Amino acid sequence: MSNAVRHGVILEGLRKTGATGIFFFRLLGACVSALRRPRLIVAQIFNAGGRSLIIIMLSGLFTGMVIGLLGQDVLARFGAETALGTLAALALLKELGPVLTSLLFAGRAGTALTSEIGLMRATDQLTAMEVMAVDPMSYVAAPRFLGGVIAMPLLTAIFEIIGLFGAQLVGVQLLGIDRGVYWSQMQSAVGMRDVTEGIVKSLVFGVVTSLIAVTEGYHAEPTAEGVGLATTRTVVASSVMTLLLDYVLTAFFL
Amino acid sequence: MTGPNALKDAPSATAEDAVVDVRDVHYAIDGRPIFSGLNIQARRGLITAVMGPSGTGKTTLLRLITGQLLADRGQVMVFGRDVATLSGSEVYAARRRMGMLFQNGALLTDIDVFENVAFPVREHTDLPESVIRTLVLTKLEAVGLRGAAHLMPAELSGGMARRVALARAIVMDPEVLLYDEPFVGLDPISLGVILRLIKQMNQALGITSIVVSHDVQELATIADQSYLLSGGRVVASGTPQELAQSDSETVHQFMTGSAEGPVRFHYPAPDYTSQLLGADEG
Repeated sequence: MSNAVRHGVILEGLRKTGATGIFFFRLLGACVSALRRPRLIVAQIFNAGGRSLIIIMLSGLFTGMVIGLLGQDVLARFGAETALGTLAALALLKELGPVLTSLLFAGRAGTALTSEIGLMRATDQLTAMEVMAVDPMSYVAAPRFLGGVIAMPLLTAIFEIIGLFGAQLVGVQLLGIDRGVYWSQMQSAVGMRDVTEGIVKSLVFGVVTSLIAVTEGYHAEPTAEGVGLATTRTVVASSVMTLLLDYVLTAFFL
Repeated sequence: MTGPNALKDAPSATAEDAVVDVRDVHYAIDGRPIFSGLNIQARRGLITAVMGPSGTGKTTLLRLITGQLLADRGQVMVFGRDVATLSGSEVYAARRRMGMLFQNGALLTDIDVFENVAFPVREHTDLPESVIRTLVLTKLEAVGLRGAAHLMPAELSGGMARRVALARAIVMDPEVLLYDEPFVGLDPISLGVILRLIKQMNQALGITSIVVSHDVQELATIADQSYLLSGGRVVASGTPQELAQSDSETVHQFMTGSAEGPVRFHYPAPDYTSQLLGADEG
């Protein structure tokens, strides 16, 4: 890669980061006026959260079941299979819950947000709002952003609860670990700090994933190809940012 | 009047007369000039037609009038104020006095016809539901679609969608109505209906109308004043009849739809024969 090309890529990256930052502050401003339309926000919580419930619950269940299976196998080698409850809780609350929910959210709700807003742009709906003196940032972008931010921690909590049930299903019901030990070990080992870490992560991921989805949709090229590309960028950028921020936040909470 | 081929000066209009007054506007996109010295006036209560070949910036002109774009040079005066000097809230206040009909209707696809027409009313007023209902049904009746109030935009034909969009554009009783290519892709019946509606809106409600289109024949039946754009400026203006009788080559080419004339139909290309014979060279 030549220097000129490298500089071009860096400049483009900086320009895009700056543009997203400016858009974020405009979005925060629009959120204030969007709060006057709670009906729209509730509808978007349903769109982003309610419609993601099935995939989140199924994924949580299977993730928990794998933890139960693998955890019991590994811990048994050290004679510590009674610690399965602790393992499942810490893994799900601190890492797997927020991260997997965020990745699934980006794939299900994030793409839907981007393509919906992108198509509204392509069919002049956003322009029509501007001409009708209605700010599309307040009417379209902000409610969807807020809906995503509110839905993410709720989905994460559901993922974790179902995951713990899944781990218990395999570890206790199938592989015979004592039920009382499973839950009491978890209760004694998991602290509020662990729960807080998961909540903070899910909030940060919710903000970042929703911001990326709304930004990409709002600035999508108003063509079929443009909306398709924007949708792809949403998934890629959200996934990478989720994993990157997960490392940063994990290091912060250590 | 501007341009060497100018047919005649626009009828003299006082500042009070001109609801929209575009003065010596220059505008370029990515360095490509769209307008270079554009002058257009839309007078109160009249239908002003802005015609021109595709790509002459007719839609851009509407975006300049609504303040979505700002001119590089010159002034776009709307209701006596230069759009470029207005604050964000003043631009929105000016837009509340305008209505715009988009080429594809631009209806909000997640709400039904009734809610689409009610949308600006709900956003800008606190009227009780019963008043909103009456208002919306009245406007839908005017465009002949009261019975379609419950339908979703996806269930409408192109002509119906445009009529709903027209009902939405007039629901706030605007002083100015902007039409962006209102006749494109319509069957003869829908076209006739839209044409009559534009005339009726103008006559019954006294709305100042600016119609951007390249459908010369249709516009000739309703326009009070016409402007013909080419090369980023007005090349002729007058009543449709005056344009039809013009001896200007540009006007004649446009009015008769001829491929030959000052406005080039073919995009610049190498010699046809040599390109065909040397097909391998692309």
